Amino acid sequence: MRYAMAIDTKKCVGCGDCVVACQTENNVPHGYCRDWIVESVDGTYPSLSLEFRSERCNHCDNSPCVRCCPTGASHVEEGGIVTVTHDKCIGCGACIESCPYDARYSHPEGYVDKCTFCLHRVQKGQQPACVKVCPTKCLHFGDLDDPNSDVSLAIKDRKWKVLAPEAGTDPQLYFLT
Amino acid sequence: MKEELFVSGRNIPNIDPYLNIWHWQIPLYLFLGGLAAGILFFAGYYTVRGKADKMQTTVKWAPIIAPIALVLGLFALFLDLKHKLYFWQLYTTIRLESPMGWGAWTLMIITPISFIWVASYMKELVPGWNWKFSILEKFEAFVIKYRVALAWVMMIYSIILGVYTGILLSAFNARPLWNTSILGPLFLVSGFSTGLATIIWISKDAKERKVLSRIDLVFIIIEIFLIVHLFMGFLAGSQTAIEAANMFLGGPFTVSFWVFVVILGLVFPAVLETLELWGYHVPKWLPPVMILVGGFMFRFIMVEAGQITRYLY
Repeated sequence: MRYAMAIDTKKCVGCGDCVVACQTENNVPHGYCRDWIVESVDGTYPSLSLEFRSERCNHCDNSPCVRCCPTGASHVEEGGIVTVTHDKCIGCGACIESCPYDARYSHPEGYVDKCTFCLHRVQKGQQPACVKVCPTKCLHFGDLDDPNSDVSLAIKDRKWKVLAPEAGTDPQLYFLT
Repeated sequence: MKEELFVSGRNIPNIDPYLNIWHWQIPLYLFLGGLAAGILFFAGYYTVRGKADKMQTTVKWAPIIAPIALVLGLFALFLDLKHKLYFWQLYTTIRLESPMGWGAWTLMIITPISFIWVASYMKELVPGWNWKFSILEKFEAFVIKYRVALAWVMMIYSIILGVYTGILLSAFNARPLWNTSILGPLFLVSGFSTGLATIIWISKDAKERKVLSRIDLVFIIIEIFLIVHLFMGFLAGSQTAIEAANMFLGGPFTVSFWVFVVILGLVFPAVLETLELWGYHVPKWLPPVMILVGGFMFRFIMVEAGQITRYLY
């Protein structure tokens, strides 16, 4: 099993619903966020192109944050989901330094926090909160090993990219372009 | 042209607009760790060479600084932790892949060794010292008997400690300025140089100072070579590496790095030490202080600048 997410940049309008849904679902402290939206403008006027990306932890296959953790608090759950065990984390910040996507932050209570692909929901067979609320249905979540899953079907016939593949982390967010 | 904005209003403390999760504690620890490594290495080296009597300060007096530096460094590391009460989790796990795990265990070994080393010389340093308990007297006799073996262990662990202060940073692929294997040897050499500077500063024996100044000169020259190689490597590298180097070649860290680290921290002390060896009078404290300040600035700048560099996408 390999959980992954596909983000359709042609459908995303950057409304920010996924960000609010995540903050509500996961009780993210005020001023912090586990997912965020990047608006990327490329080119010179008048030939401009616009891309919206709903970004979060890439749940990398080769995750540097798990490798550098001195206590094993950062670990890989079933399906490749990278999470942090709060009472094993000492808050040293090594994983924050190691992430090329700056997807982790130091929670005000001390431990390091990040996107969990809503593991608690996924285990119940539900979709992550961000995917569930997306009004344009531009987020697709599922098991890459299952050819009929939402995410497999989404990336099947579309061009896609991953962010900073040169960092060598084998990220699992697929941006449909 | 490409412009990327967070339109969801992301502004996480210490992460945005650029990463700054490690503050003064980490560079201070890297400095103190390197300093202790340098002192302990040369104490061990001259013991193994059988020159403990000629190099009194190096072998007997200067090592008193090492355990103090290590304890202060460990305290700085503790202050850096955001989840402080869980710090003991470091010592319930052995994770070979984690540089920080390696560091925690190395410190766990070398800190007691440095205490034992100092304790074994207490009777010589403080006349009339009495351990009061017979078990401590027996332990002291045991340590003195196997002092050369202890010196070997201490030398090996001080090298590991010195290299580790660089590896801690260089293991982060996500920060292009750090992600170069030269950082390990560079921090080792710089740490040894600061250790030597400390010994030169406190030594009252002119002959001993002369021997150490010569070694220190070699270390400074190696360090300058390694810094040149560091930038050559960056400029021959990928776009992210070139941008990392450009922060020091015209960017915001140009003046602080080249003036305080390279010129005042390496070139000037090297010139002054050379003049001293030629017989000119140079204030005894000046070259060591410059080396120590330069060494601290070097670590501070590397930690600060490294966190700004990142992959661009």
